[in-house]
Amino acid sequence: MTIVAKDLVWGVRQKTIVADVSFTVAQGETLGLIGPNGSGKSSLLRLLAGLKQPQSGRVEILGQDIARVQRRELARQVAFVQQNAATDTNISVRDVVLLGRTPHRSALSGWTETDRAMVFAALERVDMTGHMAQPWQTLSGGERQRVHIARALAQTPQVMFLDEPTNHLDIHHQIEILRVVRDLKLTSVIALHDLNLAAMFCDRIVVLDGGTVRACGTPEAVLTHDLLRDVFRVEADVECASGYRPHIRFKAN
Amino acid sequence: MSIADHKEAGTGLLAVLLGIAMILLAISVALAAAIGDYSIGIDTVFLAVTNGLGLTTADIPPIEQSVVWDLRLSRALVAALAGAGLAICGVILQALLRNALAEPFVLGVSAGASTGAVAIIVLGIGAGSLSLSMGAFVGAFSAFAMVALLSNGATSGPNHTILAGVAASQLFNALTAYIVTTSGNAQQARDVMFWLLGSFGGVRWPDFQLLVIVVFLGLVICLLMARSLDAFTFGDEDAAALGVPVARIRLILFGVTAMVTATIVSMVGAIGFVGLVVPHAARYLVGPLHLRLLPASAAVGAIFLVLADIASRVVADQQTIPIGVVTAMVGVPFFAIILYRARPQQ
Repeated sequence: MTIVAKDLVWGVRQKTIVADVSFTVAQGETLGLIGPNGSGKSSLLRLLAGLKQPQSGRVEILGQDIARVQRRELARQVAFVQQNAATDTNISVRDVVLLGRTPHRSALSGWTETDRAMVFAALERVDMTGHMAQPWQTLSGGERQRVHIARALAQTPQVMFLDEPTNHLDIHHQIEILRVVRDLKLTSVIALHDLNLAAMFCDRIVVLDGGTVRACGTPEAVLTHDLLRDVFRVEADVECASGYRPHIRFKAN
Repeated sequence: MSIADHKEAGTGLLAVLLGIAMILLAISVALAAAIGDYSIGIDTVFLAVTNGLGLTTADIPPIEQSVVWDLRLSRALVAALAGAGLAICGVILQALLRNALAEPFVLGVSAGASTGAVAIIVLGIGAGSLSLSMGAFVGAFSAFAMVALLSNGATSGPNHTILAGVAASQLFNALTAYIVTTSGNAQQARDVMFWLLGSFGGVRWPDFQLLVIVVFLGLVICLLMARSLDAFTFGDEDAAALGVPVARIRLILFGVTAMVTATIVSMVGAIGFVGLVVPHAARYLVGPLHLRLLPASAAVGAIFLVLADIASRVVADQQTIPIGVVTAMVGVPFFAIILYRARPQQ
C-alpha cells in the first residue's frame, strides 16, 4: 500500500474535526475524498500530507511513518496542491514551477539543467509551455491551477494530494484538470465537491461525514441513493449502466 | 515585469549589476567624504583614505586627513551599511509577512528603540552615547520580545504577527510620549525628535566595526535561506509542502531582522522609508527571487542612504536635515516613478 492512514484523530480546541479515520490507497490509484461542507476533507488531506500533526494515529507513505520523516525528505515524495493558492508577487510561470524543485536543491546550489528539463516537462504535461515567461498575475484561474499542478509535478512526487483542484473552474477545465491527474502515473488523493466528477475520474471513493468514514469503495458501490440522502441530504437517482461510471441525477424537489 | 525576467541567464546579469552597484557605491562614498561645509578635493580624499589604510604616507594637511578619515568616511560607510541592513530587513519581512507594506519597523523595533533612547536622554539613566545606544538596543529587543510572545514565537501567521507588531509599536510610542511629556523640557523634546528621525552625526569607526559584522552576518544568513524565502510566495502552508521548516525559518529570520534593525536604530535612529522602498526598487530591477533580490537590495539601499546623507548635509546651509526627512523627500518621487511604471497592465 502506498498510503496507509491509521486511526487518525485531529481537532481544534474541544471540537473533533477528524475522528478515527483509517483507510489505504494502493499504488497508482486515484482516490476521491467527498463529503459535505465541514466533513473534514481538507483537514484529513492535510494530515495525510503531513501539513498538520494528528492528535493520535499515524500516516504511512511508501512504508514510512511521515511523522518521522524530515519535511524536505517528505516533499521529494509527496506534493500538495492547495485550492486557489494566490500571491501578490510578480513572478513568472517558469519561476513558480521552479519552486517545485526547492526540496531537491540545497540552499546555495544553482538550478541545474535537470531542473530546467523537469520544469519544461511539467509544463508540457499540463499544456502550459507557451506561458513560461508570462507573469503569474496575468493568468486566468484555470491556467493558474494548471501551473500549480505543474509545480507539484516538478517536485517529482510519488504521491500527490489535491484540495478541490476544480474549484472556480469552468466545466471544460474541471474535466481537463482531472484527466491530467488521473493519467499521471502516481498515487493521488483528491478532495472533490462534484460527485459526478468524482464518479468519472476516481478509482475509489472515500465518503467523509462528521469526520468519520461513512463509506469506502468503487464509485458504483459507494454512490447509492441511500448514501446520497443520508450524507448529502439530497434526493437523487443514480444511473449505473454496465461498463459505464455511475451518473447522479439530482432532483429539484 | 522585471528587467531580469527576460533573461534566462540571470546570474551573469546579476554579477554585472552588482559590479556596477559597487562602483556607484564607491563613487557615492568618495563624494560623501569630499562634500561638506569644508570641501575637499577627490584626489585628496583618495590620498587620505590610502593614508588611513596605511598604504601611503602622502603629505596632505592633517585637518583634511582627519576630516576625511575620522569623520566623513566612517560616517559614509555606516550610512552604506545602515542602508544595506534596513533594505535586507525590508525584503525579509515583506516575504515572511507576505505584505508589500512591511518594513523593518513593523515589528515594533523602532518604537522600542525610541523608548529606550528617550529613557536615557530624558530620564538621564547612565551617561554618554554608549548608554544611549545600549538603551535603544534594550528597548528594541524588548519590543521584539513582546511581539514574539504575542504571536507565539511568530508562528501564528503573518496577520497575527503584524497585529502584535502594531500593538507593541502603540505601547512603546505611548511610553515614549509619556516620558517626554511628563519630564521633558523643550530642548529635550527637540533632542528626541532628532533621534526619532535619525542622524549620522557622531558615528565613528567603532560603530562601523560593529555594524559591518552584524549586517554581513545577517546578509549571509538570509542568503542561506533565500530558497526557503522564495517558497513562501504562496504562503506558509505551501512553503511547508515544499519541504521548508516554516516555524524554524520564521523564528530565525525574525530574530536576524530584529538584531540588525535594533543595532542600526541604536546607532543612527529610526531611519524610515529605506526598508520599505528599496526592496520594491530592487525587485523592479532583478525580479522577486531572493538569491538575486537580497544582494541587489543591499546594494541599492547602501547607495541610496549614502546619497541621502550627502543631501542632508548640503540642502540647508550650516545645518543638517534629519536623514529620515531626506529619505522620504528623495524617496517618494522615486517610488512614484516605480509605482507608475510597474502599474498592472489591464
